[in-house]
Amino acid sequence: MTETKSSSPGTAEVWITGIGLATSLGEGLDAHWDALNQRRINVDEKGFAPYVVHPLAPVNFDAQIPKKGDQRQMEAWQRIGTYAAGLALDSAGVKGNKEILGRMDMIVAAGGGERDLAVDCNILNSEGNSAPGFLNERLMNDLRPTLFLAQLSNLLAGNIAIVHGVTGSSRTFMGEEAAGVDAARIALARIAAGQSDIALIGGSQNGERKDLLVLYEFGNFNLTGKFAPVWARGEKSGFALGSGGAFLVIESRAHAEARGAKPYARLTNVVADLARRKHPGEVTATLEKLWSGIGKLGNNGVIITGATGAEPATSEEQAFLNKHADFAVRASGTTFGHTMETQFPLGLALAALSISRGALFPPNDPTGLEVEMSNPPTQIVVIGAGHWRGEGMALVEAVK
Amino acid sequence: MAATRDKFGRPIVVVTGMGVVTSLGSGKADNWKKLTAGESGIRTITRFPTDGLKTTMAGTVDFVPVEPFSSTDLSERLGELVAEEAIAQAGIGTKGDFPGPLFLAVAPVEVEWPQRQELGRAIGANTEVDYDAMLRVSGGGRFAQYHRRFLFGSVADHLAEKFGTKGSPISLSTACASGASAIQLGVEAIRRGEADAALCVATDGSVNPEALVRFSLLSALSTHNDPPEAAVRPFSKNRDGFVMAEGAGALVLESYEAATARGAQILGILAGCGELADSFHRTRSSPDGKPIIGCVRNALSDAGIVSDQIDYINAHGTGTPENDKMEYLGISTVFGERAQQIPVSSNKSMVGHTLSAAGAVEAVFSLLTLEHQRIPPTINYDIPDPAIPFDVVPNKARDARVTAVMSNSFGFGGQNATLILTREPV
Repeated sequence: MTETKSSSPGTAEVWITGIGLATSLGEGLDAHWDALNQRRINVDEKGFAPYVVHPLAPVNFDAQIPKKGDQRQMEAWQRIGTYAAGLALDSAGVKGNKEILGRMDMIVAAGGGERDLAVDCNILNSEGNSAPGFLNERLMNDLRPTLFLAQLSNLLAGNIAIVHGVTGSSRTFMGEEAAGVDAARIALARIAAGQSDIALIGGSQNGERKDLLVLYEFGNFNLTGKFAPVWARGEKSGFALGSGGAFLVIESRAHAEARGAKPYARLTNVVADLARRKHPGEVTATLEKLWSGIGKLGNNGVIITGATGAEPATSEEQAFLNKHADFAVRASGTTFGHTMETQFPLGLALAALSISRGALFPPNDPTGLEVEMSNPPTQIVVIGAGHWRGEGMALVEAVK
Repeated sequence: MAATRDKFGRPIVVVTGMGVVTSLGSGKADNWKKLTAGESGIRTITRFPTDGLKTTMAGTVDFVPVEPFSSTDLSERLGELVAEEAIAQAGIGTKGDFPGPLFLAVAPVEVEWPQRQELGRAIGANTEVDYDAMLRVSGGGRFAQYHRRFLFGSVADHLAEKFGTKGSPISLSTACASGASAIQLGVEAIRRGEADAALCVATDGSVNPEALVRFSLLSALSTHNDPPEAAVRPFSKNRDGFVMAEGAGALVLESYEAATARGAQILGILAGCGELADSFHRTRSSPDGKPIIGCVRNALSDAGIVSDQIDYINAHGTGTPENDKMEYLGISTVFGERAQQIPVSSNKSMVGHTLSAAGAVEAVFSLLTLEHQRIPPTINYDIPDPAIPFDVVPNKARDARVTAVMSNSFGFGGQNATLILTREPV
C-alpha cells in the first residue's frame, strides 16, 4: 500500500482552501449545495439512447476563459476543466495572484483523445475503394491541425497554465479513476513533506461523447435504458458517463494562514492501491486494507464514494460498506454519473463542501443503503474504486 | 561511512539499474556502441504505407515484434524490455517482486485505426458507418479485449503486475518531458522516505499514421526524407523539425542507504530535478525564455550546485527551429559565457525524438556518458547555426572528464523538466 499521511509528526497539515465545480448540476458551490439538497439529478436518457449520460449544465465559459481564441483551441473536456480550475482559484482567493500562481504546483488527472467523429466516419465509409495511403491523405486533409492539442492529455494542464497562469509545475496523471486518486495523493504528500506549499489538483470529463461510450461499450460498462441510482442498478450494472470538472486548491496550513485563507476542510490522508482483481473479494479486501491505514476514525462518520455501478467492483464495495454500516454513505455516481478521472476529486470537493456547510446532503437512494444524517460531519472518507482497476481512499476532516 | 543524505538533509537518490531500447537497438551495450559511433537509427517507414505523407521516415523499433500491431502494445513491450534490463542490472527484489512503486511515462492511450476499421467491418459493407452504428457492434463482449487494452492505465497495470511493483502505479504525461517527470516522481518519493526504491519507466511506440499526421499538421516534423539518417539536424542552420521515434528507458532508483546496505553497484546519482511550466502558448516557448531558464535554475538549486559544476549538457535538442533556438537562449542565460565552451550534444540526432520516453532514454545515455567518460556526438552537424554557438560535439564522440550532466526535456503544453545526474554525491 502506498500511504501518504499528513498527520504524522513533523509533517505539514494540509488544508483545502479552494473548490471549483462545474458539472451536470451547475456551477459553483451554492448551486451544487442547493441541487444536492433538492436531490436534483440532471440525466439524459434520450440524446445518446440507449446510453444514459449526464450532460453538462449550461455554463458561461467566457466567465473563466475570456478569450474566444482560447476556447476554440480546446475541446469540451478541456473547456470544462479549465473553467472549473478557474472557479477553484477564485474560491481560494488566488485568481490573478501572479506571485502565488507562479509557484503553484498542478497535478491534473486527465483522459483525452476527444475525436472528430465526422472525420472518422467519412474515412470508414470510404474504405471500400481505399488505395494505399488513403488513410494518410484523408487524415492530412481532414484533421484540424490544432485538434491534436485538444486531444493531448497534458493539454488540460497546459490550458490551465495559459488561461489562469498556474506555472509552478504541471503534471498530468492518466489511468482512469486511479489518476484522480494519485493526483491528490502525490500533491498532498509533496506539501506534507515540504516539497511544495500549494497545489491545484483536479480533472474534467465530457460525458457527452460517443467515442468515449465506444471504449466502455467494449467492456459492457455503459448504463442503458432507464436511469437508476447507483445502488439500485441490480442486474443492469454499469455507469452513466458524467460531465464535469472538479478542482481543488490545497496548501499547507502555514501557507494558508500566512495569506489569511480560510479552509473548507483539512485533507488528512490519501491512500491507494492496485488490487489484482483476479479473484472475488479482492476489492473488498483492498478497501479494508486502505481503511485500516486511513487514520483514526471516530463514530458517526461519513463515506462519499465514487462507486461506479459497474460490476463486480460495486458489489464488492457494497460488501465493504456493509461492514461499516455506522457510516452514512453517499454515492456521487447517482447524482453526477461517472466522471472517471474526475470522480475522486469530485468526492473530495463534496466532502470539503459538506464539512464547510456543517451538514451532509440528503441521501438519494431507494435501496436504503444511504441513510439520513443530521449531525454536522467532521470526518468524511472519500472512496474511489475504479470500474476496472485501482482503489483509493482519502480522509477529509474539519479543521480543529 | 559516506553520508547517506544530501546537503539539504534528504536521502541521496542513486541509480542502480538502467535499461534502454531505441531505434539503434536493444540494451545499453548496443545503444552505447552505436551512439558513440555516431550511427543513426532513423529509417524509411515500412510499417504502413507512407503515400501522401510529407514525412516518410522515423526512428521505428521494428526489431521488437508485436502482433497485431498497436502503438500501445509496442509501448508496453518496450517498457517490459527496459524494466527487465534495469531490474536485472540492479539485482533488486526477486522475480515479479519489485520492492517499490512504479512511475510510468507513457503516451496517451487511444483506440487506433485498425480497431476502428475492425468496427467498420463488423457493421457491414452496406450500412452507413457512424458512431451509433459503431456503438451497436461494440458491446456484447466480442471486443472486450479493446477495453482492457485502450484504458489509459493499461500499460502501467500490466507492468505493475509483471514486475510486482508496490502500491498504485502512476501513469503520467508531460508530453515530451514525460520521461524526466517519471524520474522526478521517483526521486521525490524516495526523498520523502515513502520508498527505498522506485521503478521509473518511460516508453513510446507512437509511430502510426495518425500520430505522424498530427505532428506533421503542426509543422513540427522534418521533411528531409532522403537520406533518412541525415534528417535530424539539431543546432544546424538547416534543421527543419524533429523526427518521431520509438523507444523506452528505465531506471531503478534507490536511496543511497538502501543501495549500499544491500551492496548494490551505484551507477550514478540523481542529484536534482527542476520543472517550471510555460503559460505562453500551447506549442511554443515564451520568447523571453524565462520558463526554460527558471526550470534549469530550479534543477541546479534542487541539486545544490551551480552551473560551473556542470561539465556536459544532454540537450533536448529536437532539431526544430524553435526548440534549439530557445534551448540556446535558456542555457546561455544561465551559463553565461560558458555556454559556448561546455559540450552540449543531442542524442536525438541519432535516435530521433522518442517523445514520452525521451527524458528517460536520455537520462540513461547521460549516465552512460558519466560511466564511460565519453560524450556522444550531435550528428548531421554540417552547417552550424551562427545564432547557436554551442560546442555541439559535432559528428564524433569525444572523451572528456564528466562529473555532472544536465539533461533537458521540454514539451508541448508548456512542459519543462531538467535532471542533474552525477557520478558521486554532491
